[in-house]
Amino acid sequence: MDLGALGNCLISPSCVVTQTTSGLIIGLLLFLVAAGVSLIFGVLKVVNFAHGSFYMLGAYFAWTAYQVTGSYLVAVLAGGIGVAVFGVVFERLLMSRVYGSAVLMQLLVCYGVILILDDVVKLVWGADFLSFGMPSAFQQLPYVFAGGVVPVFYLFLIVVTLVIAGLLGLLITRTRYGKIVRAAAVNPSMVSALGINTGVVYASVFVLGGLLAGLAGGLAAPVRSLTAGMGTSIVVESFIVTVIGGMGSVAGALVGSILVGLVRSFGTIGFPLFTEGLMFLLMAVVLVLKPSGLFGKRGV
Amino acid sequence: MGRSSLARDVLLAIVVFAVLAALPYFIPGKGFTDFVVRLAAFAIFATSLNLLVGYGGMESFGHGLYFGLGCYSFVLIMKNFDASIPVAFLLTVLLSVVVGAVVGSICVNLNETYFAFLTLAFQMLLHSLIIAWTPITGGDQGLTGIPKPPFLGMRLDDYYHLYLFASGLMVASLLVMYHLVQSPFGYTLRMIRDNAARAPFLGISVFRVRLMAYVIAGAFGSIGGIVMSLFATGAFPDFAYWTISGEAIFMIMLGGITVFLGPLVGTIMLLLLNDVVTKLTSHYGLVLGTIILLFALGLRKGLMDFLADMWRDRKRSTPAPLPTGAPAVSAKAGE
Repeated sequence: MDLGALGNCLISPSCVVTQTTSGLIIGLLLFLVAAGVSLIFGVLKVVNFAHGSFYMLGAYFAWTAYQVTGSYLVAVLAGGIGVAVFGVVFERLLMSRVYGSAVLMQLLVCYGVILILDDVVKLVWGADFLSFGMPSAFQQLPYVFAGGVVPVFYLFLIVVTLVIAGLLGLLITRTRYGKIVRAAAVNPSMVSALGINTGVVYASVFVLGGLLAGLAGGLAAPVRSLTAGMGTSIVVESFIVTVIGGMGSVAGALVGSILVGLVRSFGTIGFPLFTEGLMFLLMAVVLVLKPSGLFGKRGV
Repeated sequence: MGRSSLARDVLLAIVVFAVLAALPYFIPGKGFTDFVVRLAAFAIFATSLNLLVGYGGMESFGHGLYFGLGCYSFVLIMKNFDASIPVAFLLTVLLSVVVGAVVGSICVNLNETYFAFLTLAFQMLLHSLIIAWTPITGGDQGLTGIPKPPFLGMRLDDYYHLYLFASGLMVASLLVMYHLVQSPFGYTLRMIRDNAARAPFLGISVFRVRLMAYVIAGAFGSIGGIVMSLFATGAFPDFAYWTISGEAIFMIMLGGITVFLGPLVGTIMLLLLNDVVTKLTSHYGLVLGTIILLFALGLRKGLMDFLADMWRDRKRSTPAPLPTGAPAVSAKAGE
């Protein structure tokens, strides 16, 4: 524990700028994964532990697309769309069979899929770390704010993830599809009585969750090293975020993600060995004080 | 499953222990005894988790807290205070009772999803503490080499003595837990699992019964951890990591949660699978994952649950016994 270092950082503008941007990057990428987890839980009441593997697949799909085409845009889209397709296959083939089962049975299915995917990734892409490399468009001099260095790519990531978050918010709150999804979350049998195929709605939520996680994987690829098992920590963090923000709430997921991102970036300075503990402490405090999460409704 | 008499079960336990004690004479080699010691650690741990999941309907994701706590507390006491093994054992169980009472009183009244996550959070707090508090816990290197002073003629650094100690603990722990779930307390716990809203009508404090179950499960979980630390002669952060809870869940789901010995069977299955699969192939995840999926999607229940249901269907002419079935997914009443 090094509170002195944390204090020094907090009074130096350059350190605050650097840590805040890196915290935002961590948080906003995490948001894309956590939003999917939260949506899937909100609508289907299923805890998708395999969501971290979706993120991992997104990063690997993007890597391959980047190797083939050389275009970062194509790579990110390939990650998103590829995982969206994988999401629907996963839902139809596996998860839809255990919707009525105990939570632990669903957990078991996810665990099986995680084990298989980690091994498949090792078989297809190799067991070594892969690095994506910074796309040439972003190889520019970084911006400097108040002495803090901010790479161009970081600004790009912040803007893109915020745009995606905004679009997602509009989709859920302002469109007919969003209305159906919210209705299915509250009363699926009434929704199907109104002539809406809830099976399709469920599958579409997995498509959406997969798309977001895949985009996150693709977007994160240049600043992360790719390895089998890279999804584990992000899925655990996603659950922390979902619990802090409130299950099923997109706004809660955004606030929770940024909170966790900042805790991680500032925590590495003050408590380098206890950052993970800090996140769980945050989650425990929220759960004890407000069990439904910051933005959750009671009785979820 | 009626009430069984204590005398008969004690006798059965003694016979089982005698058979276990004799087995190494027929199956020579350290492989078998090592397997049974590991089995004892995980069977006690998994069965204690099933007190919560199968009998209490409390789906804890963080039961590994007590496994890790048992390991570290036992090793730390042995290393730092020059204690005898029984004293360290009792102090460790006592510590886990205290921790269980504190954590339990925060967690047990939450609804099932939040219970799962908060228990996980507490386990990961312990794990983070172990990683961060390097001077005491050895950080990510763990603690190695614990003294094993002899007691009551037992020298635990001898592998056969350790085998006897571990299998004796396993038999005794399972016996105690079995009698617990057959006791009025066990039936109260099942009632709360099945209908938590109705139990207070009978003057039962749901909170108190759940807390009691949580504390007891934690205490036995720590005994599993103690056996593991004796086997590994040390304590390592992995013993407190969430994957330990995952493995225990996996064991009880494989073996079954409605039959008392389900977790034991599941533990044997998983340990054997681990050993066989790692020996045969380097694609451990692929093979194990496929087996898990076959189980979860094909059988949809643990092996012992499956056999018990088959047995029940065969003699359907007799009046069906009360379903001691899995906690219904919708049994969230009362929250």
